[in-house]
Amino acid sequence: MGDPARLSRRRLLTTGAAAAGGAVIGAAGGAVGARALASSSDDDAASALHGSATVAFHGPHQAGILTPPQAFATWIAFDLRDGVDREAATRLMRIWTEDSSRLAEGRPGLTDTEPELATAPGRLTVTVGFGPGFFVATGTEDRAPRWLRPLPAFSIDRLDERWNGGDLVLQICADDPVTVSHVTRLLAKEARTFVTVRWVQHGFRRARGSEAEGTTMRNLMGQVDGTRNVTAAEADRLVWIGAESARRFGEQPEWITGGTSLVIRRIAMNLDTWDELDRPAREESIGRRLADGAPLTGKREHDEPDLEARDELGLEKIASFAHIRRARSEDPDERFLRRSYNYDQAPAAGTMSDSGQVFVSFQADVEAQFLPIQRRLDELDLLNQWTTPIGSAVFAVPPGVRPGDWWGSTLLG
Amino acid sequence: MKATRFRTPRRILVAATALLTLSALAACGSDESADADAPRTQADAVTVSEPWIKAADKGMTGGFAQLANKGDEDVTVVSASSAAAQSVELHEMAKDPDTGAMVMQEREDGLPIAGGSTAELAPGGDHLMFIGLTGPLAAGQEVEVTLTFADDSELTFSAPARSFSGAEEEYDPHAGGHDG
Repeated sequence: MGDPARLSRRRLLTTGAAAAGGAVIGAAGGAVGARALASSSDDDAASALHGSATVAFHGPHQAGILTPPQAFATWIAFDLRDGVDREAATRLMRIWTEDSSRLAEGRPGLTDTEPELATAPGRLTVTVGFGPGFFVATGTEDRAPRWLRPLPAFSIDRLDERWNGGDLVLQICADDPVTVSHVTRLLAKEARTFVTVRWVQHGFRRARGSEAEGTTMRNLMGQVDGTRNVTAAEADRLVWIGAESARRFGEQPEWITGGTSLVIRRIAMNLDTWDELDRPAREESIGRRLADGAPLTGKREHDEPDLEARDELGLEKIASFAHIRRARSEDPDERFLRRSYNYDQAPAAGTMSDSGQVFVSFQADVEAQFLPIQRRLDELDLLNQWTTPIGSAVFAVPPGVRPGDWWGSTLLG
Repeated sequence: MKATRFRTPRRILVAATALLTLSALAACGSDESADADAPRTQADAVTVSEPWIKAADKGMTGGFAQLANKGDEDVTVVSASSAAAQSVELHEMAKDPDTGAMVMQEREDGLPIAGGSTAELAPGGDHLMFIGLTGPLAAGQEVEVTLTFADDSELTFSAPARSFSGAEEEYDPHAGGHDG
């Protein structure tokens, strides 16, 4: 993810990030490690406050997709109450759009009862997605994208209904967990006459400033996870629905131009059995070195893996069952933007931990880009021994909005 | 004027006036080309921002906003009206002399706004009281509200209804003089 890192710095510097925050971001890119070694004092420039940093809310695409991932995230899925129709859904979208834009700027929501909690946005983004039921309730089924339906059942799945589906979803991300909590509660409670909460998932990555911006995340199995991600330069081809995606994947309904699709999969990790594996076996299972994420055939994280390479015994250096071999397609269109987070919640009685990943991906076409890869992983991927999908949901993500406009206006307006 | 009027943080007020100003549909027009600094009417001098109304199925509900007087002269809101309610009153919160509890009562002399200052209508403080809703006010619905000033000038603005748990102020019928 080297490109998104560069993008993030430039983007933050040019999209109205507070001047102080911007300066820190610039400094952090080059020398976070050196600074950390040289000084830990609070008055060091690198420890200036991050809370005022903002991400532009308005634009042709929603924020929170290409935005370099913030440290914390909550996904909250809702079901529409009986009787919520197109007119009511429009009112809800106006409310959510208005308050999400205010909060992204560090301003309290219109009826905010805890306005002091809104003053540190910490790169807050709020992203909305529509599930299949939203189109039914609003009488717009004929304009639902053809890929908008539950993913087919995979043999590795052990789905629990408590993490599946939803008529609507909000993804709320920020570098500050207090901000995420406040925004989630505010947006949920002001929607209470329209929706009920279906499920909530929380995710985290490294804290802001712990590592240089753009460092590829590690999952809780210790693996560098997300190396070969879609870059901003590739987004028109692989993420955003529009002329380019139409050429590659076929036409989609006009209203979703500038939007995308969102897949959220809850992947439980069995860290107890993963603990039984020594480092060489762990590296073989994924095909990358744990220390730096470099492919077993390369030197650096972003080196292209050599899938043909063989060792002195004639065996494949990257095993046939290795995750990176299975997750890789020869078709350059079978890729998607990953924006996953770790989760770690209270374990059930008698167990040690309940950890895993909230797998999140954005792609122009679920069926053309995501499903082929998921099928390959379902057929064979050594990682399946320690990971289990326990939740799955697919949403249509409407385009971004201009000031005064509201989410979903191209569908409902 | 009671001291309890400005209760919520000033920063909301500052952010509000700086960033979001709802265009008020002044009944008296807003052509200020000649002497832009001198509003011709009291309504002309006032800008409404952050308006909203508590969603309710029936009965009474509260309305809130920031009313900024951009002119030098003091102005006074003397009454309010809306098609959404049989009547709209200007209310303030006051301490009940018998119980010590904060109760709301009608502002008999209207709501004064000094030149260059902002009146904050907020839950727990001054507010508009919509009495006898003419129909359910669902979250997200827009309600037109008209304020009338001491010089009979009018200011009409649109306020969205929002679900809100607060603003459950106790009403003191003895002080207000109507049967809510």
